[in-house]
Amino acid sequence: MPDGNIGQPVKRREDQRFLTGKGRYTDDIHRQGELHAYFLRSPHAHAAIKSIDTSAAKGEGVVAIFTGADMAADKVGSLPCGWTVTDRNGQPHKAPPHFPLARDKARYVGDHVAMVIATSYAAAKDAAERIEVDYDVLPANTNTAKFAKAPELHAEAPGNLCYDWVLGDEAAIKQAFAGAAHVTKLDLVNNRLIPNAMEPRAAIAEYDSGTGEYTLWSTSQNPHLLRLILCAFVLGIPETKLRVIAPDVGGGFGSKIFAYAEETACVWASKKLDRPVRWTGDRSEAFLADAHGRDHVTHVELAMDKDGKFLGLKVDTVAAMGAYLSSFATCVPTYLYATLLAGQYTTPVIYCNVKAVFTNTAPVDAYRGAGRPEATYLLERIVEVAAREMKMDPAELRRKNFIQPSQYPYQTPVALVYDTGNYEASLDAALAMIDYKGFPARKAASKAKGKLRGIGFSSYIEACGIAPSAVVGSLGAGVGLWESAQVRFNATGTVSVLTGSHAHGQGHETTFAQLVADQLGIPYENVDVVHGDTGRIPMAMGTYGSRSLAVGGSAIVRACNKVIEKGKKIAAHLLEASVDDIEFKNGAFTVAGTDKSKTMAEVAFTAYVPHKYPADLEPGLDETAFYDPLNFTYPAGTHIAEVEIDPDTGVTTIADWVAVDDFGNVINPMIVEGQVHGGIAQGIGQALLENCVYDQESGQLTTGSYMDYCMPRADDLPSFKVGLTTTACTHNPLGVKGCGEAGAIAAPPALINAITDALGVMHMEMPASSEKVWRAAQAAK
Amino acid sequence: MYDFTYHRPGSVGDAAAALGKAGDGKLMAGGMTLIPTLKQRLANPSDLIDLGGIAELKGIKEEGGALVIGAMTTHAEVAASALVKGKIAALAALADGIGDPQVRNRGTIGGSIANNDPAADYPAACLGLGATIKTNKRSIAADAFFKGMFETALEDGEIVTAVSFPVPSKAGYAKFPNPASRYAIVGVFVAKTGSGVRAAVTGAGPCVFRDKAIEDALTGSWSADAVKGSSASAGSLNSDIHASSDYRAHLIGVMAKRAVQAAG
Repeated sequence: MPDGNIGQPVKRREDQRFLTGKGRYTDDIHRQGELHAYFLRSPHAHAAIKSIDTSAAKGEGVVAIFTGADMAADKVGSLPCGWTVTDRNGQPHKAPPHFPLARDKARYVGDHVAMVIATSYAAAKDAAERIEVDYDVLPANTNTAKFAKAPELHAEAPGNLCYDWVLGDEAAIKQAFAGAAHVTKLDLVNNRLIPNAMEPRAAIAEYDSGTGEYTLWSTSQNPHLLRLILCAFVLGIPETKLRVIAPDVGGGFGSKIFAYAEETACVWASKKLDRPVRWTGDRSEAFLADAHGRDHVTHVELAMDKDGKFLGLKVDTVAAMGAYLSSFATCVPTYLYATLLAGQYTTPVIYCNVKAVFTNTAPVDAYRGAGRPEATYLLERIVEVAAREMKMDPAELRRKNFIQPSQYPYQTPVALVYDTGNYEASLDAALAMIDYKGFPARKAASKAKGKLRGIGFSSYIEACGIAPSAVVGSLGAGVGLWESAQVRFNATGTVSVLTGSHAHGQGHETTFAQLVADQLGIPYENVDVVHGDTGRIPMAMGTYGSRSLAVGGSAIVRACNKVIEKGKKIAAHLLEASVDDIEFKNGAFTVAGTDKSKTMAEVAFTAYVPHKYPADLEPGLDETAFYDPLNFTYPAGTHIAEVEIDPDTGVTTIADWVAVDDFGNVINPMIVEGQVHGGIAQGIGQALLENCVYDQESGQLTTGSYMDYCMPRADDLPSFKVGLTTTACTHNPLGVKGCGEAGAIAAPPALINAITDALGVMHMEMPASSEKVWRAAQAAK
Repeated sequence: MYDFTYHRPGSVGDAAAALGKAGDGKLMAGGMTLIPTLKQRLANPSDLIDLGGIAELKGIKEEGGALVIGAMTTHAEVAASALVKGKIAALAALADGIGDPQVRNRGTIGGSIANNDPAADYPAACLGLGATIKTNKRSIAADAFFKGMFETALEDGEIVTAVSFPVPSKAGYAKFPNPASRYAIVGVFVAKTGSGVRAAVTGAGPCVFRDKAIEDALTGSWSADAVKGSSASAGSLNSDIHASSDYRAHLIGVMAKRAVQAAG
């Protein structure tokens, strides 16, 4: 039985309630007198709203019908985008308004046109059908690449351009390419994805007219950030008057970071009607109106010398923003993307141009990996193609260009400074685990069965532990990206850990309890983790960018250190020794060089029952700490995929998958392995199965249900072989890096590299559907 | 879902009477297509007549050398039936491959064929085996039953009661599933029956159809190698984001070979 300390594969304590149906989600919560909201959505991809007639809609059970005009009259603001990207001419990005209910035009299928509030969900939905909206249907564009000649979505954004942004020196890149012995070129698309968290988004808002306080229960990854956005930018409520609670949340993958129209409207309406207002999105609404991910169209060129040493990388990307800017949309294809283009390599010159564009589609924002999968995909694809063109072993071409352990800290040409890593170690471990030397024999065995076998590499890096506030502030972020923690002892020796990191499947309640038990030398069972409530937890920034342990965990360590420092003073008094002589180890305060000691429990008891207590010390053992990271963390590793293709049908079977990751130190290896599995599954989903398709003519969402949007299932996946190599992060107290997004970042290029290797083709767009693979297999015959 | 009046009759006669009285009645035989349609408000029947309470529509028996399966027998029951496995193993395997466990435990053979989804599995078995569809009014040969996309020979007020499958000497089914829905992109059922070789194709076209090229090839020689492709022209086949008509045309040949291999 593991003792619960750091490094132990403790079973997730939260799974007891999740697996026995005892989880308490937003939709499980009911408030006295609650009303049900239903949102009438635009059936058109682009249409002027000439008039909205609600007269026929009023009727039994209908309490109110609100439109954009009602919100405008109440001066409800636009949902802001919290990161200002400065374009190549020094101008801020174009920020057209994003009102919770459309005012003049609907700009995508699913856009919010009216809010119906009734005594039942069915009555609200019935009433919505009776609303008559006079639309003037306009031509629409859902195609990212065709943004320039498409109908204009926003007067504020001529040519549908949000920004035209550059990172790098154009003259330097021209010079690097001029000296190249070989240039590899590739056009590729990073396909649009729909997040599909298991729990759809939901909200309940309640207003107390006695106190003027609001409470919002919401499926948020970051309740404090949601409160900040709603209060400061949209609704003008003092932060003291809005409590946001994110109870159990069934998955987010980024899509629940953002402030959405529905929860905003529920908060606003709860005061207007002085009744609680609830909304739970159905699956169809989630497909239409959750922020989508990816959707890049890219041209990339890699310059090399005659030996395959990388000289320069040039990237031109068009990135879809969708119809409106979601909360952090602008930073995803810039500072979370172009800054990762060095990858694991010493490429000395990198130039990246990104045009962010508006299309008549759902807004696009961070989705597991957020910019880093897009960067890794293009980089690991072009490196693979380069190896084939140069007739070099793809593993060896990577090795030749790796940043070496002696080079840290390593300043990349794209702003980041890598603190540590050892890329050859993870590559070598992965090569051994997949038995790379045995691949030719396995390929021959497949061929004898009439099958095509391929192998594909992905040596990825990501910037996680988001993020140093000063750095992101200088790049346009509207917030700091620190985290808070409070470690609160009770008199009986139990501890409540209040963390700003929200858990929606990651297992924080277990990992953080292990961490605190280890730091304070107390039993794991004595530690409870509390999260997801602005009314209980100090100001916090929430969960995204694989930051919970690296940033949130570091804040917890810092709070634990404060507890220990205070505990030393109490122990010194109890032991009649000088504070300077007290050592803390394994849960005991000891006078150095003696056997005189007090346990943490005794010290905690004394703090709350201070009968014998230092005169100049406050009672209590309850410490709050904030942690602002000094740098990003840089998880990295190598994944290798091996596939077998049936050329008769085009069906790809993933024969083997090796993932060797360097996440720094690990608290709970089982949870880390689970995160890797989930990430790879999502990455395989993108590469093989998932694809968001809008009809090019009508702008309707073709893949609006699971009948057409293909999520990966257990039988699509192999049994993953997972390994770890470790270089500890140098700048946070735990030496940790983060593991949540790695799989989704690493997997797509590994799989496409394997499939194209099997087929003997240079490229195939994602998802590599059976038909695409079959066609390539026929052409190769 | 809109409001409707729910009926749960205990006999086929009562069900027919309820249907006759209803303004716009719908029969429910498992509801695996109907319930999602209702939930999405794509249908608005006045009355829903649930056939789930009619004992006479359930069960599997052998009758005059044929396998007779009651209309309200679930896919799971067919898949698990020792009688079906013994007489027409391909039919049990087909039922075992429909949807997921939840669908197999709710969905029924009668519901499936009356709905005649172009990508459903059962129509391929009915047509491939030359089954007879029994209703409360008559018996209809499978060749005359499946008329078009979601269209059958059933008349107003007619209720499928059972399907009678002649036992073939050999039969096999191979399906290429849609990766998302797992309905058939192409499914081919082949059988060597007393009345000759039959091959039925589902998923590929707007309605299940017999494939003469495959039948002729297998009549000449019952072997996977004999199959040279489909008689269907790509132009007559479905094309969507998952599979073009050319790909479907190709897959008919591949699935036909695999169905022959599965038949043994």
